[in-house]
Amino acid sequence: MFPRRIFLRSGAMAMISLGCAPSFLARTIAAAGTRRKLLVAIFQRGAVDGLNMVVPFGEADYYRARPSIAIPRPGREGGAIDLDGFFGLHPRMAPLEPLWRAGHLAIIHASGSHDGTRSHFDAQDYMESGTPGVKSTGDGWLNRYLQAREGEQGAPNPLRGVALARQMPRALQGPAPALAMTGVSGFGIHGSASARTSFEAAYATAADHVLSGTASEAFDAMRTLERHRAATGARAAIAADYPGSPFGQAMREIASLAKADVGLEVAFVESTNWDHHVNQGAATGQLANRLDDLARGIAALVRDLGDRMSDTLIVTMSEFGRAVAENGSRGTDHGHGNAMMLIGGAVRGGTVYGAWPGLTPEQRFEGRDLAVTTDFRDVFAEVIVRHLGASRAAAGQVFPGYAVDPSRFRNLLVA
Amino acid sequence: MCRRLVLLTMTFSVLVQPSDAAFSASTAASPTASAGSSAAHVLNRLAFGARPGDLERVQATGIPAWIELQLHPERLDDRALDTRLASFRTLALDTDTIVREYHEPAILERRQRQKQDGPSQDLETSGPQDPTAPAPPDVPTRPAPSEAQRKDRLVLAELSEARLLRAVYSERQLQEVLTDFWFNHFNVFAGKGPTRAYITAFERDAIRPHVLGDFRQMLGAVAESPAMLFYLDNWQNVSPSARQPRAIDGVQAGPTRPRQPADRASQLTAGMRRGINENYARELLELHTLGVDGGYTQDDVVNVARAFTGWTMRPRQGATFFFAPALHDRGPKTVLGHTIEAGGGIEDARRVLDLLAAHPSTAVHIARKLAQKFVSDTPPPALVERAARRFRETRGNLREVTRTIITSPEFHAADVRRTKMKTPLEFVASALRATGADVRTALPVVRVLRDLGMPLYLCQPPTGYDEAADAWVSSGALVARMNFALELGGGRLRGITVSGSGGQVDALRQRLIEHALADDVSDTTRATVAKATSHEQVVALVIGSPEFQRQ
Repeated sequence: MFPRRIFLRSGAMAMISLGCAPSFLARTIAAAGTRRKLLVAIFQRGAVDGLNMVVPFGEADYYRARPSIAIPRPGREGGAIDLDGFFGLHPRMAPLEPLWRAGHLAIIHASGSHDGTRSHFDAQDYMESGTPGVKSTGDGWLNRYLQAREGEQGAPNPLRGVALARQMPRALQGPAPALAMTGVSGFGIHGSASARTSFEAAYATAADHVLSGTASEAFDAMRTLERHRAATGARAAIAADYPGSPFGQAMREIASLAKADVGLEVAFVESTNWDHHVNQGAATGQLANRLDDLARGIAALVRDLGDRMSDTLIVTMSEFGRAVAENGSRGTDHGHGNAMMLIGGAVRGGTVYGAWPGLTPEQRFEGRDLAVTTDFRDVFAEVIVRHLGASRAAAGQVFPGYAVDPSRFRNLLVA
Repeated sequence: MCRRLVLLTMTFSVLVQPSDAAFSASTAASPTASAGSSAAHVLNRLAFGARPGDLERVQATGIPAWIELQLHPERLDDRALDTRLASFRTLALDTDTIVREYHEPAILERRQRQKQDGPSQDLETSGPQDPTAPAPPDVPTRPAPSEAQRKDRLVLAELSEARLLRAVYSERQLQEVLTDFWFNHFNVFAGKGPTRAYITAFERDAIRPHVLGDFRQMLGAVAESPAMLFYLDNWQNVSPSARQPRAIDGVQAGPTRPRQPADRASQLTAGMRRGINENYARELLELHTLGVDGGYTQDDVVNVARAFTGWTMRPRQGATFFFAPALHDRGPKTVLGHTIEAGGGIEDARRVLDLLAAHPSTAVHIARKLAQKFVSDTPPPALVERAARRFRETRGNLREVTRTIITSPEFHAADVRRTKMKTPLEFVASALRATGADVRTALPVVRVLRDLGMPLYLCQPPTGYDEAADAWVSSGALVARMNFALELGGGRLRGITVSGSGGQVDALRQRLIEHALADDVSDTTRATVAKATSHEQVVALVIGSPEFQRQ
């Protein structure tokens, strides 16, 4: 098993270095059922400009509305990477192009929430609680997923759900065990063994159930990670060049957790600083640099996980899109519809999904923004059912007040 | 004047007689378990926790009198803190000086280097984001910072250290708690371009003087502050119908590239284009005043943005607010149903601020946030209503609104004690206070706050840091708190010494349980601490205990 995995990974890497696409899809069948499925959720906080990330270069209105920040048509200097003759990727997302060509990357454009809020805070809250328009929801949708399948998993394992963050993101908050940590290697008590034992004892019986539960998850996870370290002798070798940014480093930590086989099922990572009201740039500039970081981080994880990508799905999301027209400062103000990306072995990639609403003023949401034609919950529900293998009933628990209906699935994933 | 003198003397006498006070407190009654925890509650919520002797001082002064003193910080002698802050040269400087002498040289140097080495990262978001940040892993160690870079970093480093030292040592504790609250309410992010050069004056002049003052004045001071003008982009908010560039003062119109500006005025606004920028207007409504459900529409956002066109600044030349009539949208505006007549100029936005400060939704929004801060993550609606009414009655007198909340039965109710999680800042400051630490430099703690998820002045979204516990209870953060407790106890925070670390372990144990935890701990915690055999362990287990994470 072990040598085979190494062989496959080096194989995939060799193909990338030769300019070919990794074809982990071909190995899906061989590996199916042998490993746990992994979902990597990437939240682009601050509302990425989806129209410059996945560019509708076939729309004349796109260029009319954005005289100074539009991404040129493919073939021109700084032009978009042509995907299908109408949409193109931002040129700095070139690291993802091989995945598109190999059919491992799908895009859902004009997706988002039917709630019209343009508040970052509310829109992030809705996307993470999974209940747009309802603020009283106590837990996040990823935590509800962990809850829904807790019984199937044997002993509770806090490493099922991990946020690579200092604070527990709303999406993973809730009763099911989950961890927030910035890294695997530094996670532990940096003192004598007796200090740790004392802390553990003090928290184990604390009347404070919230803190006692959180501490118990932390100490369980420390033990699991130590067992893993003892078994492998050292940290898994790093097989890819991750960006040095916080996002890149978080992606590296996800890979090392995934490779440790400690039961990781849902990983959550944040990519920040997408709120570009001023000088967002076009083919180069602020947004371009953020997209470069995002694309390189994703590409590195894909390379690093190698054949594990057949069991892995990466999903990107952001609270809302940005106004179709640029504002007075070569930036964009808050908008509505946005683009999401899905990357993984079971993705029916190479297609931009979703009904395209158009960009003429009368086609826009409230006359100014990209309209939403795909509810993000339909994407998340399909991910839960078809990738993670939850039942429809379980998916219903994850999205209370929303009828999960496979007929609305966009068929982004192999059923 | 007379009255102030009396109060000062009283405080002073309380300060110099801790042993008497302690004596009277401990003999006062054994029902003092409850009196003691009342004092502890007040110190936890209205101050950054208790120092050795504070519980007795508060009890001796009496809680109502102590609160009254804290509501009048000008009556409290803070010279000991001033001495600790005396060596920080940048705290008193005006923004113009900071920009010219501390910030700009580093920018010029970087530009020069880029000219030699070719372009690199964008200027908008790059820069020394955290004065104590180590180089990221797997990145070759950067060369030692130049003199210009050191000066540029010094501004934020001094500000961060000062914030911590004030939290630990200021006698004006409520003012510091409120400064933390209101800075966070009007959050700006030091990592965005030159903002870091403007924050010293922002906190000192726009926030701290107003935290027990007038809300409308604070709102206005913030609206005119270079920090907010830059952070939320209003300095680039320009009327769509601004007159053609050459005719007025060089505002570049249209999609073409900026031409070489001819005169000084045009240099200042070169690169600016026509068209509004909604960023500040939206956050002004959503975060600063009405609240997200406060009853405004997208049209209101646009009209508020139009009212604020021409409120601008020159980021690298003086960085002071000015109103540019040529950039202003002169047409009439409708905001929240009120018409603002055409031609009001700078008064348009002032009228908007008046409307917002007087709006009932603002009263409720501010009252709820303050009640959440001081009383409960889910504040009692009746208290919010009373505080909101006080806000309306007093036209936003924050001393009165704060007083309504912190003298309310809801605030003093036994069942709200220790229900709130300490934020990381509250946690580290209260740990340093509880242990009577001598902080010769606070920089190691500035670093710890980053590990705990609350780097000072580096919260990127305008929302600021969360007040509610959910955000601060995570496994990683809890482990990081235990590790901080170990570092503090073990003397591994350079430049920080815990008091009593040379004496008897038993004495330290007794003192910490009484002062840090108000003698109100579970049997488990008591038993755990009882087993500790070294100073390090005693400090670590008390500061890292479940009880100490709460307030």
